[in-house]
Amino acid sequence: MLHIVACIKQVPDTKIIKMNPKTNTMDRRTAPAILNPYDAHAVEEAVRLKNRYGGIVSVVTMGPPPAVTAIKKCIEIGADEGYLITDRRFAGADTLATSYAVTKAIEKIAKTKPVDLIICGKMSIDGDTGQVGPGIARRLDIPPLTSVNKVVEINQNEGYAIVHRKLEDGYEVVRSTMPCLFSVEKTINEVPYSPLPNMIKAARYNPHIWSVDDLEEVDVKQLGLKGSPTIVSKVWAPQKPAGGTFFEGNPTSQVEQLLSVLLQKKELFETKEGV
Amino acid sequence: MDFQDYKGVWVFIEQKDGVVASVSLELLGAGRKLADKRGVELAGILIGENVKHLTNTVFEFGADTMYVYDQPIFKHYRTETYMKALLECADKHKPEIILFGATSTGKDLASAVATDLPTGLTADTTELDVEEETGLLLASRPAFGGNIMATILCKKYRPQMATVRAKVMKALTPQSGRTGKMVEETISLKEEDIRTKVLEIVKETVKNVRIDEADIIVAGGKGLGSFEGFQLIHQLAETLGGAVGASRDVVEAGWIDHAHQVGQTGVTVTPKIYFAIGISGAIQHIVGMKNSGLIIAINKDKEAPIFQTCHYGIVGDAFEIVPILIEQFKMALTRDKVNK
Ligand SMILES: Cc1cc2nc3c(=O)[nH]c(=O)nc-3n(C[C@H](O)[C@H](O)[C@H](O)COP(=O)(O)OP(=O)(O)OC[C@H]3O[C@@H](n4cnc5c(N)ncnc54)[C@H](O)[C@@H]3O)c2cc1C
Ligand SMILES: Cc1cc2nc3c(=O)[nH]c(=O)nc-3n(C[C@H](O)[C@H](O)[C@H](O)COP(=O)(O)OP(=O)(O)OC[C@H]3O[C@@H](n4cnc5c(N)ncnc54)[C@H](O)[C@@H]3O)c2cc1C
Repeated sequence: MLHIVACIKQVPDTKIIKMNPKTNTMDRRTAPAILNPYDAHAVEEAVRLKNRYGGIVSVVTMGPPPAVTAIKKCIEIGADEGYLITDRRFAGADTLATSYAVTKAIEKIAKTKPVDLIICGKMSIDGDTGQVGPGIARRLDIPPLTSVNKVVEINQNEGYAIVHRKLEDGYEVVRSTMPCLFSVEKTINEVPYSPLPNMIKAARYNPHIWSVDDLEEVDVKQLGLKGSPTIVSKVWAPQKPAGGTFFEGNPTSQVEQLLSVLLQKKELFETKEGV
Repeated sequence: MDFQDYKGVWVFIEQKDGVVASVSLELLGAGRKLADKRGVELAGILIGENVKHLTNTVFEFGADTMYVYDQPIFKHYRTETYMKALLECADKHKPEIILFGATSTGKDLASAVATDLPTGLTADTTELDVEEETGLLLASRPAFGGNIMATILCKKYRPQMATVRAKVMKALTPQSGRTGKMVEETISLKEEDIRTKVLEIVKETVKNVRIDEADIIVAGGKGLGSFEGFQLIHQLAETLGGAVGASRDVVEAGWIDHAHQVGQTGVTVTPKIYFAIGISGAIQHIVGMKNSGLIIAINKDKEAPIFQTCHYGIVGDAFEIVPILIEQFKMALTRDKVNK
């Protein structure tokens, strides 16, 4: 029986996000909170492994109370248990402080049942760092396997996993001892629509909610803003570049004007064969 | 923590099959500027098997010192082994700044190392500067899917670390014959103690489209309407001898493979000429192509944001404009050949 913990995060939907042009800040009201899309794939992979090998899937997140919604979404996907760690003292965490807090939660979850595998998304769509997964792995002193694109085999008896890690020009097949941590690519699976029974279960499900005081042996100095070495000092909207020159006239004449510009800049074509 | 003990700027030199990653050479250029501003040394740190010969390249691109770990255990990149070497070296020589390429390897390694040190790590930096007096690294990066830029500081810890996007910094022109000091390091690691093994490396040549190396890119967007419509992009690219690029929406529609995607979650490109055809110019696309030499946009909507970023714009229907462009180009090229 595998115990897989998937780490998830609730994020503002960056597709819909609007910037306030006056203050250069994000207008959070316009951005609905969603389950980080990469994490949906992490949970889906955990559920698939559970179905293949038997076991249970727990999800854990650090976030504000509304993050319960993201946990419910994971129950819909097929997770069994959800844990939210929420406390004002977690606020303002960078990746170092986030990985610390989430690790403390995983250690506590492991007390109910030892954890064999941790799965994270490749990155979040708001912070976009991809640093939390490897951070958790280091803190637990287990191997981090990033860019996982396929899980070939989990052998619990002999205590190893074999995966494909995506590389810039292909992939590598890696074997690791377990427990270990994967952070997964979106291409690892497709998340199907949730079956109705899961949706009903999710609607009724109440996650475990822990504050800092519920965790064990926590060094409060390593949490939240206090425990974060990085500081966001300035935030601004990316500069809008000045516009280009439009060609005038009918299509043929516009193309001719473009061509004469390009052909004047022959050096642009120099290294290209055939031109 | 006494900051006085920490000196120098380091660049992690990523290599594969005996070739230095171009992002590492770009970082040497960026690192050189930071080191000069601080009046300190620029060092490269190189880890691998049979890699010593790469030191010359690194010196030519601006490093003063090279720390080299050349041992069989480093044949393949593994977080555990590389991390241990880097941690040991950083502990011994105490750099004030370490830069990594924001590649999958660079990000993996940097995140692990930063956790163990521990220190702050700024992700996917696109602008770098340093305060001359304090040595404080000013690392700026896009966040929220490119909707905002943020400057990240690490005031209380050393070293300061950042991963830096490929293609946003400029490599220096290599100075042939320039040399420096090579420091050979070794670490005692036993293969039996390493928990991960690379069983096989599979190259996928079909998907290996290197649009980041193309001089001309013809990129198409959702405005092409369909897979069939998108073939127009292939035709123009072929005529110009260029590579095909695409917006994310095109990739998601399945008209072309992800390897062709330009932008925030795709590839950053810097061709000499970039055609953006039927692409609206969302910020996530712009960040991936804005440093192209010459940007030409074709879009039927005069208000499309892409026109803010291009050098030359044609307002019109791609299905009308592009065929004329192909025809005229072919004519111009033959005329040109005849003239020669
Ligand atoms: C504008 C801006 C820029 C920032 N830049 C940096 C920076 O450069 N460096 C830095 O250290 N911090 C940075 N941060 C802070 C960072 O976004 C937060 O620390 C965040 O909590 C975790 O990082 P991430 O969102 O990048 O996660 P990622 O590392 O991208 O997430 C990867 C995976 O980790 C897991 N995970 C992430 N967060 C949680 C969570 N709260 N609970 C459970 N699992 C989780 C998920 O599986 C997720 O898919 C920045 C924040 C802002 C607002
Ligand atoms: C976190 C995040 C990451 C992202 N990463 C990327 C990324 O890496 N790369 C990327 O590209 N996008 C990315 N996106 C998506 C991005 O926000 C846009 O949705 C996408 O770039 C739009 O693609 P498009 O321009 O092809 O399509 P659209 O926005 O639909 O634009 C189509 C354009 O074609 C024009 N058009 C229509 N018909 C014609 C015609 N016949 N002739 C000429 N013009 C015509 C229209 O006027 C319009 O401007 C990301 C989004 C998020 C949230």
